[in-house]
Amino acid sequence: MSKIIDVDLVVIGAGPAGLAAAIAAAESGVEKILLVERQEELGGILLQCIHNGFGLRYFKEELTGPEYAQRFIDQLVRHPQIMVKTETMVVEITADRRVATTNATEGLVYYQARAIILAMGCRERPRGAINIPGTRPAGIYTAGSIQHLMNIEGYLPGREAVILGSGDIGLIMARRLTLEGLRVQAVLELMPYSNGLNRNVTQCLEDYNIPLYLSHTVVEIIGEKRIEGVKAAPVDENLKPIFEKSFNLSCDTLILSVGLIPENELSLMAGVELDPITGGPVVDSFYQTTVAGIFACGNVAHVHDLVDDVSEESKVAGRAAAAYLAGKTAAQEQLRFKAGRNIRSIVPQSVSIDLPTTIYLRARFPERNATLHVGNGKARQRVVSPGETIHYVVKPEDLKGNSGFVPVSLEGGQVND
Amino acid sequence: MTELTCIVCPIGCRLRVTRELDGLKVTGNECRRGEEYAKDEVTAPKRIVTAVVKVDEGERMLPVKTAQAIPKEIIFLAMEEIKEIIVAPPVTSGQVIKENLAGTGVALVATKHCK
Repeated sequence: MSKIIDVDLVVIGAGPAGLAAAIAAAESGVEKILLVERQEELGGILLQCIHNGFGLRYFKEELTGPEYAQRFIDQLVRHPQIMVKTETMVVEITADRRVATTNATEGLVYYQARAIILAMGCRERPRGAINIPGTRPAGIYTAGSIQHLMNIEGYLPGREAVILGSGDIGLIMARRLTLEGLRVQAVLELMPYSNGLNRNVTQCLEDYNIPLYLSHTVVEIIGEKRIEGVKAAPVDENLKPIFEKSFNLSCDTLILSVGLIPENELSLMAGVELDPITGGPVVDSFYQTTVAGIFACGNVAHVHDLVDDVSEESKVAGRAAAAYLAGKTAAQEQLRFKAGRNIRSIVPQSVSIDLPTTIYLRARFPERNATLHVGNGKARQRVVSPGETIHYVVKPEDLKGNSGFVPVSLEGGQVND
Repeated sequence: MTELTCIVCPIGCRLRVTRELDGLKVTGNECRRGEEYAKDEVTAPKRIVTAVVKVDEGERMLPVKTAQAIPKEIIFLAMEEIKEIIVAPPVTSGQVIKENLAGTGVALVATKHCK
């Protein structure tokens, strides 16, 4: 093994999560921080998200993705204790916080960290994850790869597109493709509701008269060398296609926006426990994973709707890592949540009993006028949708009398409009 | 009555706009910006447009936006103008790339630095 460099904190990934976490840790007094990014530039996925709508909560103004990233990048100059390495990959981490990195000039370098923040983000579910029958022609992309091709490299993918899945990136790209002169035939969504934010259905599809087919999917891909079209069909209540009702849509480009998966190969190497629902590490109020001294924040922990939430939680993680390094996180009692009616996921998965904690929830199905119960706490939810995160601040009094598990549920809502 | 989903922020309030004797009345909004949006939307809808432009001898595109929202019906005309632009680096984020885009009086500005 080559030489080992001692550092206080390694932050893996310099997207919005890693940037906010590294800056918060530096502001909290951590002296030797290594921020590792595999791309040439800092900012992560924000660099290709050229649309506006970022920062309304965090900065109280509306920014594009690159502008939002720059706000954090500009802060780095004030923190010389953050050593930034771009075009550098972390290839291994261990439970005792040894980090192996590699890049073209230094080769393999080992660091011994006293704490690690995982901020690797997520990746898109590809075609293989959803089993579409048919041929294997060119012209099938994920929404994020189209976004990269168009917004960073300046290429158009084709002339006529069908989008499968109504995730936010798919909706944003439906508008982007239309503005660049492509015809977007349709957005098909398997579920009876959109998976993206309602505002994106409005401003990306309705503004441009792009049809959204709910409860529909692609049952066949047509074309040999290049995709020539898809066969679409409605699905029944068990999400099984009704083949007799299938119809053809012509296209030379099929774009998949069918979900995101937190990227946790490194986390698993260190023995971090993952939540099977979120796909990210199980974390506590301080975004500490089940391995002491290893923290996780941003889309590696759970997929967020809003980068503003990523920045907020990553600051918590950065400060918590600093407190851990200063030996200030003596055994804090944490209670684990238990998901009840219409709750799909809860992050953090456990909560400290003596300080307020913001939690992020996802529902299983849409409903109106439900009441969110968190232990003894309650909050009215006018509109509940699986595509939109529910925020709740857990207060110590919400947890009084609860021992073991804190029940979380949505109650009393109307399921049908 | 018109029903709208507010696009001002990610909350996405469901807005109702009704025409009353003393003007337009908006309900369902959680903030004042929602009221403004709803009134604009039923009279003269506007959008911020974001896109990319070519960089002279650059390998990567430069992201841009309209400094303010422009009328919805001018968006495609604005895109035609944006497609013709080639900028010479260096450019700083916020720099005006084109004044008076498509006759709207609104400038097109860079949203990223470019060396």
